[in-house]
Order: sequence, then structure tokens, then C-alpha cells
Amino acid sequence: MVGKDRAMAVIERVLELSPGDQTEVSLHVTDNSLTRFSSNYIHQNVAEKDVQLSVKVILGKKIGTASTNSLDEDAIKSTVQAAASIARLQKENQEFRSLPGPQPLPEVDCFVPATAQFSPEDRADAVAMIINAAKAAGFQAAGAVSTGIREIAVGNSLGVRAYNPVTSAAANTVVMSGTSSGFAHGNTRDVATLDFAAIGRRAVDKCARSIKSEKVEPGEYEVILEPAAAANVLMYVALLGFSALAVQEGRSFLAGKLGEKVFGDNITVWDDGLDPRGMPMPFDGEGQPKRKLMLVENGVAKNVVYDSFTAKKEGKESTGHAGPGRFGFGPIPTNLFFGAGDATMEDMIRSTKKGILVTRFHYTNPVHPLRVVVTGMTRDGTFLVEDGEIKCAVKNLRFTDSMIRTLNHVDMIGKDWGFEGAMGLGGGMIPALKVSKFAFTGVTEF
Amino acid sequence: MREITTKALERASALGASYADIRVIDERRESIRVKNGNVDNLSSSMSRGLGVRALYDGAWGFASSSQVDNQEVMAVAERALAIARASARVKRQRDVELAPVQPVQATWKTNLEVDPFDVKLEDRMELLLDADRLMRQQPGIRIASASMSLFRENKVFASTEGSYIQQERTEVGAGIDATASSGLEFQRRSYPSSFGGDYACAGYEFITGLDLAGHAEAVAREAVALLSAEQCPSGTKDLVLESSQLALQIHESCGHPIELDRVLGQEASFAGTSFLTPEKLGDFQYGSDVVNITADATIPGALGSFGYDDDGVPGQRVTIIDQGKFVNYLTSRETGGELGMAANGTNRADGFNRIPIVRMTNINLEPGDWTLDDIIKDTKDGVLMKTNKSWSIDDKRLNFQFGTEAAYEIKDGSLGKLYKNPTYTGITPEFWGSCDAVAGPAEWRVWGLPNCGKGEPSQTAHVGHGAAPTRFRNVKVGVGKW
Repeated sequence: MVGKDRAMAVIERVLELSPGDQTEVSLHVTDNSLTRFSSNYIHQNVAEKDVQLSVKVILGKKIGTASTNSLDEDAIKSTVQAAASIARLQKENQEFRSLPGPQPLPEVDCFVPATAQFSPEDRADAVAMIINAAKAAGFQAAGAVSTGIREIAVGNSLGVRAYNPVTSAAANTVVMSGTSSGFAHGNTRDVATLDFAAIGRRAVDKCARSIKSEKVEPGEYEVILEPAAAANVLMYVALLGFSALAVQEGRSFLAGKLGEKVFGDNITVWDDGLDPRGMPMPFDGEGQPKRKLMLVENGVAKNVVYDSFTAKKEGKESTGHAGPGRFGFGPIPTNLFFGAGDATMEDMIRSTKKGILVTRFHYTNPVHPLRVVVTGMTRDGTFLVEDGEIKCAVKNLRFTDSMIRTLNHVDMIGKDWGFEGAMGLGGGMIPALKVSKFAFTGVTEF
Repeated sequence: MREITTKALERASALGASYADIRVIDERRESIRVKNGNVDNLSSSMSRGLGVRALYDGAWGFASSSQVDNQEVMAVAERALAIARASARVKRQRDVELAPVQPVQATWKTNLEVDPFDVKLEDRMELLLDADRLMRQQPGIRIASASMSLFRENKVFASTEGSYIQQERTEVGAGIDATASSGLEFQRRSYPSSFGGDYACAGYEFITGLDLAGHAEAVAREAVALLSAEQCPSGTKDLVLESSQLALQIHESCGHPIELDRVLGQEASFAGTSFLTPEKLGDFQYGSDVVNITADATIPGALGSFGYDDDGVPGQRVTIIDQGKFVNYLTSRETGGELGMAANGTNRADGFNRIPIVRMTNINLEPGDWTLDDIIKDTKDGVLMKTNKSWSIDDKRLNFQFGTEAAYEIKDGSLGKLYKNPTYTGITPEFWGSCDAVAGPAEWRVWGLPNCGKGEPSQTAHVGHGAAPTRFRNVKVGVGKW
């Protein structure tokens, strides 16, 4: 770690050196470790220390950006000069108004010493707990246990100053027999809350229940989506729909639909970077405060997320959703909460006449972004539910369906949340969902 | 530099490493993105760092740092050893055994005519703004965008076995796209391919050769035409893929399943495994007898070409599928060693802070002897699909589904109507088994894909695929009702 004093000194130095009318600096300092295992042994085990210093120099309406991974004085100087040279050669961006000014920032403790101090031996022991669960069942485990520290500092020439260190810890495993697999995982800021043995046992249970699988025909089914699978539904809706940039460019299904009913009555979604139940972070990539922002309330689209650029275009204020250290990417919701219901997994299974229970999806991809039509495969635990009971495991299925349609057919919502990451772009607290109509369009051989 | 690499290797050896290597890498990137007449993003980045990989008691450790100096390199070597010792707490009975390689002292550099970093930034911006302006002249275009990326990597690799290799790779890429929208329809066309265009290991001459402005009008016109085009019909038809979509088909359904680390389960929890299990080697009919697939890191200018991989093994040409029969994997020293096979030079890392893993080089469907015109004339009821829009495949690489930006009906040997939202799906060996016509060398080109994701922590590889227009019989198209 470089610490707050050193991080802020770098920010001040960049601002001092910059010839810009306005200047923004973003600093990320990382120390990440990851232990990976397969076939019941550790096969990859890595650690990295890196920094990313990004400088945005603005001359009038001309914007230039440059970045380096060194904090040496020479590197800082040449990066500022590079950003300024680019800005001089740049065309004026008529849509640019101003960087944001300072706002009071909430205090959120995102740093857990136990996570920061987790050693290679600790990670190996955690891996051993997962592997031992697999070995006890005669299975093979693959997966990863990781811990990381990230210090994030943001400053600009209008007075924004923000610094926060965060820790993260994660474990995932796929446990395999000769014919089946099972998945379980956990994400947290505090590694002490991860129960590695329990993660191993959950994956073993899924794997054991899938050893013999039947083939079911593709078609429209009821589905029960565990949180890891349900996350795909919400994440695509959020990433493709809830960005103000996507709305302004007409590529969001919410363009012209704010205030209208877009999902079923039982769907409520918000973003909240301050809620400690998620993965909190007090400010965004521009140093603007995070807060609770309602996106969908009882099925009605309420808001989309803004950074300062998209907000000022509409004469609004940023909602605190600038991408972390990204320029030109547009705002994104990174701390989603999907309103929980009151159903247990058992309730969902009991109420299902004929449906498919999905542990998670694999390799999902949008087929039609505006309609949020997505395709993907099931993997690591897919089951046929009949007459209120899990009847058997089934061979993995391909779905192709609109996630908007899916959120209009949610019959039951789980009472418990799982934290699910979203393609490196934050994550959300997601419950299990039972959906009355979901289109499977293909089946594979395992 | 030799002082730093020597210190790392000596320190690792002194601490008990049976093998160690170090990579010191400098990277430089510049990117420009133009959108609707604005230069939306103009950025430059520099990165420097070193990574040390060590084997101790038959187990791996790796550590890296963005600080490159004599003191830090010792700390990084020590951290790599400490991590390797921790790995050895949870190891197999069998130690990692590396396939042998001849130590080499070598240098390698991308051949280029015009250094792209020497081309004035103003000229590069103008090239993109010009194409952007031409696309927006077409009524109905909502978003026009054009982008260009330059990348240079200077890498030193040194190992305790005596290799010392210096390489300089230069990559360039560019592309344009036009988006039209109306109500619930939203259609994009790209040139020369989607997701940033086409990429190569070359100089600026590659970018000028793409003639982005010359294709702007046609791209924009087709994007608008798609708004009122018919939805691609559902059914079983003969499918003709133009070469950039075929490149992605090769990538997903051939390139990934032949990676031996996936086959051995090393990617099982993330990217998945492979249906091409070891007993199939030399004895599995992957496709029809016109299907000849090679892995070739020696193609001049191709994005997946290089001098040496990050095991210090020379880049090489290997036959993977021979007249439809599966005959070889992509192997590293570690994975090849496990099956008693040679390492064929495919172990590559995404930068100083990642370990090398098995990656594609240029994976190619070798040309046949047809032309696209003859394939169309020979097709009674088919669809020609162009330019990738979406992709998805299961975790053993069997069931795939692709979407493309546009398609044309083929009826009784002639091209017909334009279709929107085309998709097709299949099972890998059945699909390649239905391949019956591959166009020849005149229409064969290598496409550069700069965004191949794999590994934890995630890594992005830059790979290539040689492809020509190709026909597949009786394929399910127009998937789902939406």
C-alpha cells in the first residue's frame, strides 16, 4: 500500500504540473493475490503489485488523457505532458461542460485488515478445505481463492479530493465427477466471512446430484434461477439499459420510458454504493458521492445513472456513477440491489409443476441489445423439477430470450441475497427468481 | 537489463527454485475513438513491470511488480518463491515436469513499413473523422463511430536454463461502425469487422490499407437498410459464412477446445474444459475431409504471430486438424510435459503481471479451391451471414450459437433479400462435419482478434484466424422467437 498521504501527494503533484483549464487525476494502487486449483491441487498461484495513474487534461473543450503505471517524478511529469499534448491536438468536444465540483463524501469503511493480511499459506489452507470436501466424495475440485487490496484516489482542479482503500476476497469452485459438475462461490470484503469448507460442500452436493442426467427437449419452461443465474438477468438489463449514455444514444430500452411500467409489479431495483450489505464504496470514478438511487420501483422505471458528462448534457447533477478510472465509457450502476421477496428455494421448487432449476449460466451474450435478448448456456448443476420436486439432473440447455420479458414473468422472489459480480463492472445483491416463462432454444451433450 | 534478470534468476535459484524465469515488459498504447464528429476518446498509456515465475518442490509460484529496479526484483523473486512453497502444501503426487526446450539467445521484431507511433496524431484523427463524417451523410444514421489502436510491447525473457530473448511486437488495428435505430429496432453495421475492426502485427500501412473512408457509405447504407429488412427466417438451411464470421467460428469451436490446459482441467472453474479429451488425439473425426486446420505463429503480419512464447519456445506452424482428423493440441512446456508431448510454442502471458497460459496463435482453416461466387451459385436454399454480432458456446465447446450483423438469402444460386438479426446454432463436430466448400487463397485472409479472454485473474490475448468464405450444409438458423 502507498497510504493516503502518498496517494494524495501524487494527486496534488499532477494538479500542480498540469497546464489544463481543468484537470482530473485518478490513482489506483493494487496488491492482488490469487491461488488457483484444478484436479485437487494448486496449479497456479500468483501475486501482483501495480498502479494506474490516469490524467485528464482539459484545455477549453479539448480533452486529452494519458496514463502510466509508475509514480516516479519523471513518469508523472511525462504523463501530464502527454495528456496536455493530446489535448492541444484534440478537437473541441461541444458536449463537454465542466468537471464536477467537490461534494461532501460519506465515510464508508471498506478495508478489512484480515483480508489485507491473508497470506499465501492462508490461501493454500483455504484451497485445501475446498479440495478436501471434493476428495471426501471422490470428486475433483477446480477453482480459485483470491484476496486483494485496492487504494483508490481521485482529485480534480475544482477541489475534488477523495481517497479510500478497499479489500476484497473471493472463492469459487467447480467440483467434478466423470459425468457431472457443481458450482459454489462467495464474494466479500472480509475474508473471515468466507466459509471455504461450506463452499466446497455446496459444490459437492450439486455435483453428486447431477451424476446421472437426462436430456430434456428445448422449449418454454418455468425456471428457478439461483442468485448466480438470476444475476445475468438483472446485469444485462442494468448494463444495457440503465446508463444515461445508452439512453441518450437511443440504445437503451428505457429511452423515453422513464415513469412507465417496464417490468412486473413485484420488481424493485436500486443502486446503493453505501449499503454495507453489498460491496460499498463511498465515491465514483470522478470523486462524486455514492447514494441510494431507485432505478425500478414496483415495475416502474424511475431513474437511470449519470456521470458528470451525461448529467450536464441534460442540465442535471451526476448520480455518482462515473466508471472507475474510465473515460468515455459512460456511467454504470455498480452496486445493484434487487428487492428480495419472501420465498425460499424449497417454496419455489414446491410450487413448480414442470420447470428447470438453473445453478448458473455460462458465456452469456446479448443477441439484440435494445430488446435485451440474451443467449447463454446453463452449467454446473441444471435440474428438472416436476410436481414440486427435483426429479433429476438434465443435460445443459441453451436459452435465448429477452431479459425484459423475463422480468415481466417473475412469479416468486427469494428472501436471501447472494452477492454476484458482473463482468468486472461491480456487482449486486441478487435473490433467486422463479420465472413462469423462459425460452430454452437448444441442448448440449453433457 | 541483464543485471536485473540475472539477479532475479540467481535469487530464485539460491532459494531452491528448480526452474525460474523472468519477463521485463514495457508497453505503450495509443487509442483514438471518434463518435458523431467528436473525438470521444484520445488517450495514451505506458506500462512497465516485471514478473518472476518459479518452480519449487514441483509447484509454481509467481509474483510481479510495476517497479523495475535491482532492489524490487529481489523482493519479487522472494515473493514468487514464498508463493511456490505455499503451492507445494497442496500439490499432487506428481511434480510439474516441463517438456524440454533448447536454451536460446535471440531477438525478434515485427516487420513494419511505417512506424505507427511516428504518424502525426492529427493525421490519425483526420482519417477517422473523415470516415465518421461520410457515414453520417446517410440519412437515418444515429451513431457513427471509428476507432484506432496502436500497441507496442518490448519484452525481455530470461530463464535459469540459459535463454535470453528480446522481442518487440507492434500491433495496429482500426474499424468503423454505423448504427441506425427506429422504435424497437436498432441495427449496426461495421467494417472491416465488428468490435474495433481488424488488427495486425504491422505498421501504419495496415491501417491506410483498410481504406475506412472508402467503405463508410456502404456500411451506413446497409445499417439503415437493416431497419426495414425481414427477420432472418427460422429453419434448416445451407449456411455460407464470410471470412470474418468464420474466424470467430474457428476461434470458439476449434481454437479453444484444442488448448491442452483446458483439456487437462486447468480452466475448469472459469472458461471450462474441452470435449477433445486426450483419447481422441489422432483418432477423432472433427470435421469433413475439406477441414484442414493449422496453428501458425509464423504468418508475417498476423496478430497471433511472434518469435518466441513465454516458455522461450519458438513460434511455429503445427497441423491441428488434417483432412478432418484431430491430430494435435496447443501445448506449453508444462501441459505438453504432462502428456509426454513437445511444447509447440503457445504459452503466452497478457503483460508482466500475468503468468503464461496456453493461448491460440493464428488458428486457420486452410484455403480450399472454391470461390464465394461458385459457392453461392451451387447453393439452392441458403443464407450468407456477415460480420459477428454475438457469440456463445458451452463450457466443453460443443453447443454454440452466433449472431451476425447481416445476412442475405441465397435462392437457387443467387443472392436475394437482406435479413436482419440472423443467428445460427449447432454442435461443433456435426457442424464441421457438414462443411463441404471452402474458398481458395484469393479470398483467404487472416483476421486479428484482440480480445480473447481466459484465465483467473483475467487475461486478454491477441490472436489471429485465417479464413475464407465457407459453406456448411443443413444448419439451424433463425434461433428463437423474439
